[in-house]
Amino acid sequence: MKTLDISSLQRTSIHVREHILRMSTNGGAFTGASLSCADLLVYLYKSFLRVDPASVGNDARDLLLLSKGHDVPALYGVFAELGFIDPDRLANHLSTRDSIYWHPNREIPGVEFHSGSLGHLLSVGIGMAIDARMRKLASRVVVVVGDGELNEGSIWEACLTAAAHKVDNLIVVVDRNGFQANMRTEELIPLEPIADKFRAFGWLVHEADGHDYDDLHQTFSSLLLGCGKPNVVIAMTQRGKGVPSIAERADRWFCDFSLREVVELVDELNGRSTAELSSDTLVVR
Amino acid sequence: MNSYEQLLLRHCQESDELIVLTAENRGHLRNVPPLLGNRFIDVGIAEQTMIGMAAGMAVRGRTVVTHALAAFLTMRAFEFIRDDVGIPNASVLMVGMVPGLLSDGNGPTHQAIEDVAIMRGIPNIGVFCPMDIDEFVEGMDYLITDGKPYYVRYIGLPPVAAHTEPFLPGVAEVLHGNDISSPDVTILSYGFMCRIALSIIPLLESKNIRVRLVNMRTLKPIDEWRIRHELEDAQVVVTLEDHLLTGGLYSIVGEVLLRNHIPEHASVFPIALSSWFKPGRLQEVLAYEGLDPVALASRIETFFSTHIKESVVHE
Ligand SMILES: [Mg+2]
Repeated sequence: MKTLDISSLQRTSIHVREHILRMSTNGGAFTGASLSCADLLVYLYKSFLRVDPASVGNDARDLLLLSKGHDVPALYGVFAELGFIDPDRLANHLSTRDSIYWHPNREIPGVEFHSGSLGHLLSVGIGMAIDARMRKLASRVVVVVGDGELNEGSIWEACLTAAAHKVDNLIVVVDRNGFQANMRTEELIPLEPIADKFRAFGWLVHEADGHDYDDLHQTFSSLLLGCGKPNVVIAMTQRGKGVPSIAERADRWFCDFSLREVVELVDELNGRSTAELSSDTLVVR
Repeated sequence: MNSYEQLLLRHCQESDELIVLTAENRGHLRNVPPLLGNRFIDVGIAEQTMIGMAAGMAVRGRTVVTHALAAFLTMRAFEFIRDDVGIPNASVLMVGMVPGLLSDGNGPTHQAIEDVAIMRGIPNIGVFCPMDIDEFVEGMDYLITDGKPYYVRYIGLPPVAAHTEPFLPGVAEVLHGNDISSPDVTILSYGFMCRIALSIIPLLESKNIRVRLVNMRTLKPIDEWRIRHELEDAQVVVTLEDHLLTGGLYSIVGEVLLRNHIPEHASVFPIALSSWFKPGRLQEVLAYEGLDPVALASRIETFFSTHIKESVVHE
């Protein structure tokens, strides 16, 4: 287990959020969903996963799969901060001269599998976890899913298979930000009680505050890996976390800000002032 | 143990990287689970999960052979095949059981009769449609070693004719009439209907119609040279398939015609399914659908007598 340096984690998470905001212009990005999982990804890459730019080709590395692929600005922000990719590349967002677009792809070092269509990477992760087990590798496979993504039947189909085959080097992290694209989850397709659902499917269930590094560290340190059951961490998060002007706003799922707004939002993120937003709220993408 | 089980066992012994998955479809694999140990995984009735798992294993270096009923494999799991196997060009073979007419009594839900169309539409994914167990096993032997993603129409029936060429993707084999020049009729076919075509030949020859029969083997890659050659050499080309008219061999021939600007005098007679077929015992289905040898010979003879090239030319 890596040591926990909370002030370093917090510094990185601010930088990652700045990257997310800077990618939310000139074509836009899924800003709200990216901000909700930023702390999770910062924690996982800095303090849990055994992978770094030097070990990204090692067979025994840990593998993270971003199944809710539209929050990829958070992942690329982490990659830029940790040296997987040159931070300057983030300025290529949506440019055809690079491969940085709205969903992850394996052209980017550190991305283990592409995504975009929801409900795919849990089954891909099961395959990778069983592969590691057969090879007697210590790799752990972490699959980050959205809460809205839990609407997909393929998630629950894969949950049955993972439990049946005792895939106990597999960890699902639910980014429980309470929203799916345009609505609160409980107003459209109620998900609660999520923990009971996973428990009933034969999973070990853990719950954590997805923005509290101490709590995340305690939770991920207490996972029971290798005990015959897959683990799930339900991480309570806030969509748009860190930027009050867009936090918890159903209409700030996908954002395409003006450059002025980005500057003001970065100021807001750093507690200097409140942004004045006039760009369209894009409900559907 | 059947020859396919022996093939899987041999490849598993030769390479640590081969994994066999099934979505609870074990009929033709029943002897291998205890022999393959942890390299055989039954995921349950979960085709999407099976394909996603196979893709995850493949990008970690494995070659994965998956099995499910053809209809559920290609349609329930279609998006997983497209996204998770097609996009990364993952080393996954997808073996579809009871394709086409072979679903006999199951009814329309189980009829994979658009599988060739939808699978060949996915970039990177090939399509192999063998006509007997020997061709299936020989092709699988090649494809497992080759490691490219393929959809394969399974067939477990014994051979009804000797194969004339070793299996090679994109290379058709001439099963009959290689020794005649400019045949009256060339039948292009694949899979189960290629077997039926063999029974048509003596019926047509008894009417003095000279026939060539070509087993296309892989529909992607397609043997374009062979199709072009038959379009130019034969009076009439018949496409014969247990697949919907849309998107199968007839469509492929149409694409070849357009691509090569040679439709001028080509007469192509498509024999395919226009909709879901009447479910029942296979022999009765063939008769009901007009796909038994006698009915087919009569249909082909009628088409030939009205479409010979000379009559077109003189019009
Ligand atoms: Mg959500």
